[in-house]
Amino acid sequence: MYAQLVETGAKRLKTLEEMSPEEREFQEKVDAETKIEPKNWMPEGYRKTLVRQISQHAHSEVVGMLPEGNWVTRAPTLKRKLQLMAKIQDEAGHGLYLYSAMETLGADRDEEIEKLHQGKAKYSSIFNYPTLNWADMGAVGWLVDGAAIVNQVVLQRTSYGPYSRAMVRICKEESFHQRQGYQILLDMMREGTDEQKAMVQDAINRLWWPALMMFGPHDDESPNSQQSMAWKIKRKTNDELRQMFIDQTVPQLEFLGCTAPDPDLKRNEKTGHYDFGEINWQEFYDVLKGNGPCNRERINTRKKAIDEGGWVREAAVAYARKQKQRTQAA
Amino acid sequence: MSEWRLYEVFVRSKHGLNHKHVGSVHASDAEMAMENARDLYTRRSEGVSIWVVPSDTITASASDEKEVLFDPSEDKIYRHASFYELPDEVGHM
Repeated sequence: MYAQLVETGAKRLKTLEEMSPEEREFQEKVDAETKIEPKNWMPEGYRKTLVRQISQHAHSEVVGMLPEGNWVTRAPTLKRKLQLMAKIQDEAGHGLYLYSAMETLGADRDEEIEKLHQGKAKYSSIFNYPTLNWADMGAVGWLVDGAAIVNQVVLQRTSYGPYSRAMVRICKEESFHQRQGYQILLDMMREGTDEQKAMVQDAINRLWWPALMMFGPHDDESPNSQQSMAWKIKRKTNDELRQMFIDQTVPQLEFLGCTAPDPDLKRNEKTGHYDFGEINWQEFYDVLKGNGPCNRERINTRKKAIDEGGWVREAAVAYARKQKQRTQAA
Repeated sequence: MSEWRLYEVFVRSKHGLNHKHVGSVHASDAEMAMENARDLYTRRSEGVSIWVVPSDTITASASDEKEVLFDPSEDKIYRHASFYELPDEVGHM
């Protein structure tokens, strides 16, 4: 979800016999559910895949602040503004937990952020859609954070220790995001005017499919999934996670009194799951390639924040140097 | 920000408990490390005390030293209370 299409470099899985003794020992450790820690030996592909996935995940948290930041000054009440700011601060925190986990793999934070700015690193496709009305804040919290939770709850069991621990921390905080989002929509549906209710349905219509795309391509279109699953970086496949999300979300949608923009969505009595229509994959790949409605704006905003904050970082270093000289002189 | 020193963060969650490692922050000095750690790791009253320690001052055991360091204690089962069996009549000890 927050990491879609993570390249593993593997064309097919190696058998235990084909592995070097080190690789075999590593794989057996993973199979036995022993967490891998920074100082342990690991295959280069495992390390690189994790750096890609964790940095992508971190970038998503950071870029994810932007669609919401758009509404801080427009929140309808002070209470809503405070809640929104707390949520945005959490997203920043989640980004930082993840960058810190990524650094334990020897990756450099500035270099990875530079890759994002150059368009070489990805972030979740969902954040390239605009947030057009207040109900979008509700729908983002409920659907986008909801999809994130489904993915992240499973990632708490990922094989790399620091990533897994960051996920545990993030999951604890994420449920506030989803509940505050759903409550925004619930209030609008219960107490709102017809126009406000229409805003809720409009937000759902626009964000429903992009939220489902967060889980990434179908399993058979996802060549890297198999290797990530073998390394237990991923614990469930894209399609499994998407189905879990839909099954838990549709009853909430019905409770709101809203509908999904999918005529094929209906409960399958035989399987006990919801069947749903086909995602527009062309749109998914277009957005991922950089051609979504807000891709350029998001990256430009990130770059501007880094560039315009440069003087603050310089001042902090100068201040620290001065303080040190003062202590030494005393 | 990578050029800023890395600090490991330890948080005491409640009075009477140990400080526990929670993650790391970059900062230009220890004071900023403390402020960053406070903002990042204790937004929901997760702690009553914080330590920040420059990461490069920590000496850690290497994973290939595991056997050398920890295996010898495995055959010293007489160091555990459960090694000493006492008659039931003695009661709880």
